[in-house]
Amino acid sequence: MRKLQGWKDIPIGTAIIEAGSSVKYLTGEWRNARPEHNKDKCTNCLLCWIYCPDGAIIVEDSQVTGINYDYCKGCGICAAECPPKVKAITMVKNQN
Amino acid sequence: MAINLKELAKKEELFTPGHRLCAGCGTAVLMRQVMLAVEGPVVISMATSCPFVSTATYPYTSWKVPWIHSAFENAPATISGVEAAYKALRKKGKVTQDIKFISMAGDGGTYDIGFQALSGAIERGHRFLHICYNNEAYMNTGIQRSGATPLGAHTTTSPAGKLIPGKREFRKDLTAIIAAHDAPYVAQTTPFHWRDLMTKVQKALAVDGPSFINVLTSCHRGWRSDIKNDMQILRLAVDTCYWPLYEVENGKWKLNYKVRNKLPVIEWIKPQGRFAHLLKEENQPIVAKIQQKIDENWEKLLAKCSAD
Amino acid sequence: MARLAALTGNNAAAEAIRQIKPDVFAAYPITPQTELAEEVAQFVADGILDTEYIPVESEHSSMSVCIGASLAGARAMTATASCGLAYMWELLPTTASLRSPVVMVVVNRAFNAPLNIHCSHDDSMGARDSGWVQLYSENAQEMYDNLIQAVKIAEDETIRLPVMVCMDGFIISHAVERLLLLEDEKVKNFLGEFKPVHSLLEVNNPVTIGACALPDYYTEHKKQHSEALRRSLDKIMEVANEYAKISGRSYSLFESYQLADAEYGIVIVNSAAGVTRTVVDKLRKEGVKAGLLKIRVYRPFPAAQIVQALKNLKVVAVLERTDSFGGVGSPVFTDISAAFMEAQTKEKPLMVNYIYGLGGRDVGLKDIGKVYANLQVINQKGKIEKSFAYLQARE
Repeated sequence: MRKLQGWKDIPIGTAIIEAGSSVKYLTGEWRNARPEHNKDKCTNCLLCWIYCPDGAIIVEDSQVTGINYDYCKGCGICAAECPPKVKAITMVKNQN
Repeated sequence: MAINLKELAKKEELFTPGHRLCAGCGTAVLMRQVMLAVEGPVVISMATSCPFVSTATYPYTSWKVPWIHSAFENAPATISGVEAAYKALRKKGKVTQDIKFISMAGDGGTYDIGFQALSGAIERGHRFLHICYNNEAYMNTGIQRSGATPLGAHTTTSPAGKLIPGKREFRKDLTAIIAAHDAPYVAQTTPFHWRDLMTKVQKALAVDGPSFINVLTSCHRGWRSDIKNDMQILRLAVDTCYWPLYEVENGKWKLNYKVRNKLPVIEWIKPQGRFAHLLKEENQPIVAKIQQKIDENWEKLLAKCSAD
Repeated sequence: MARLAALTGNNAAAEAIRQIKPDVFAAYPITPQTELAEEVAQFVADGILDTEYIPVESEHSSMSVCIGASLAGARAMTATASCGLAYMWELLPTTASLRSPVVMVVVNRAFNAPLNIHCSHDDSMGARDSGWVQLYSENAQEMYDNLIQAVKIAEDETIRLPVMVCMDGFIISHAVERLLLLEDEKVKNFLGEFKPVHSLLEVNNPVTIGACALPDYYTEHKKQHSEALRRSLDKIMEVANEYAKISGRSYSLFESYQLADAEYGIVIVNSAAGVTRTVVDKLRKEGVKAGLLKIRVYRPFPAAQIVQALKNLKVVAVLERTDSFGGVGSPVFTDISAAFMEAQTKEKPLMVNYIYGLGGRDVGLKDIGKVYANLQVINQKGKIEKSFAYLQARE
């Protein structure tokens, strides 16, 4: 359980002073289908990356190296937008 | 500058994961693209909306840039104040960096309740970009009609019933209305057309004055569509000429994507459950009316774009 | 040297604004505030005030601009009246809970309907629970002095709250009075520079302001705001004492006039205190122990101090220029009643609530004289027959 702060401890005026703190809020458990990435098929066009609503496609040195399951909500857009001739991402149902 | 995904992927994401927008939210795709397109410091003012409640829930924020929300109908007015402070403090030497300003609102906060604040801020000439994440209804409160909701669409306040087949009015053409303000840069796009969208964000932010981008963005909850197909539905919006990609730069209209094989509007209608009733035989006259309006608007747009 | 000037209330407020030098001033014209908005615009046009003047398209936007500007580190001010205040209403509690130290002049005017451009206190009294500090001004001098102090109170790092400074529409805003103005330099030194806690323009230190809070945090945010407003009472006095040193004019939370040994008292807000004072003087000469309590700080409400000032009186009339329709009484009456409940004093006066002066209806010596006469009748009978009445309504 996270510790809730008291009124004297919170910054004034509703401010959140830790930029990008939502990374501590994991949304991966929302998923009811899991994208699986096949590196061998992938052409690294990065369409999956630019269409991902959750920034959950991991790109290192211009290569897709995996999926960040901490945040991936399983929407399936990455698999749908992977070009038809490539199809490097498949959705596996009922798997978190 | 040209948008290159491999280069972009090296940038820091200023819109971070862990936000609570729905799985497959088109607006989340748009937010990421906007924040990847941005170069240099920006301050954002956001209207009450899905992305507000989902990206800034105390103590979590998905923003790595200064960001403010104060109400639903005032995002452009609020950013006017921030920009005015910037001008005043810069003149006094208290701020030294170049900073850009963005206000963002949904179609409710842009077309309807926020229209006055937007129109006023543009008329006053503040240097800011307003981005409308337009999913054609008030999705945050549970899919009620807006001034952006198209003819025939089912929403919870323009329901398709036994007597009335969904919304009875056409949407208003807000992009043209803002263009009529003579803002130096006005455009419309979608996040499916990521290169177009990001180029437009960069162009808009480079302008010395107000700019506006109307982004059609999917909402599978409101559109009653298959989540994974939402980007394709946005492609169909453009390919049917329902939502042409164009820009108006210093009064000059330009088509950014010339649709060669214009698809019938039914292709845009079919994958969306909000239009399901329009597939019935008795509602074909409505489909014809929608098609006619699209055709007329497309011709008008072509004329404006070629006239210049 | 202090300058002697003949100015209207609006002129006096504009002159204070010129000396306060807000970084951003946003306003939408509304009678009877209009000439204040015009005058500040003229200062800017003539180059004697270096301010970003934002001629907004509505009062909703004037407050939105002030919120944005203030949280970006600018000193931000605005002015409005009546329907204009109502139109920006949504943002009043927002400004306060965002701890945005905006200072606003409210030129008190009646609410519609029927439309009336003259003075009632419907506007600012209606906004009493929005979490702002509220200062009331009897005349142009007080408006000038209060406005300068308001900025100091608002921007104090232990307070950081917006302040509303009110004066009566037309009666004060448009009447020329003789008043003393401070030197520009004195005002500048008194106020110092505004330093924000978090600034939206600190791009290397990005802050999210105005997030939503779920039930797990909403209460803490509101408690924090509530405490800041309560503790501002001491700060208001501290600022008043400091101001007295540079101006020679002393202010308190409220003004007590002939109250120490009074038996019959009137509590009043703003300009009608003048006529009341005259009646008190007249009655005193006749041997009637009349007194006056004029509210200056209404929010936060100086409950304990007011109880202390009124508890030994026999009968008190709270005169108000607004009706809290359907309530026990109007705002100030209700607050004083509650203050006595809270204080649990053995001594307390009988108290009545009279509504007067609505929509600019003139209140004269006779009207106030009648009130003091009523209070004496109540004292003789030892009980109140009618605790709430419209003083000037024709049957």
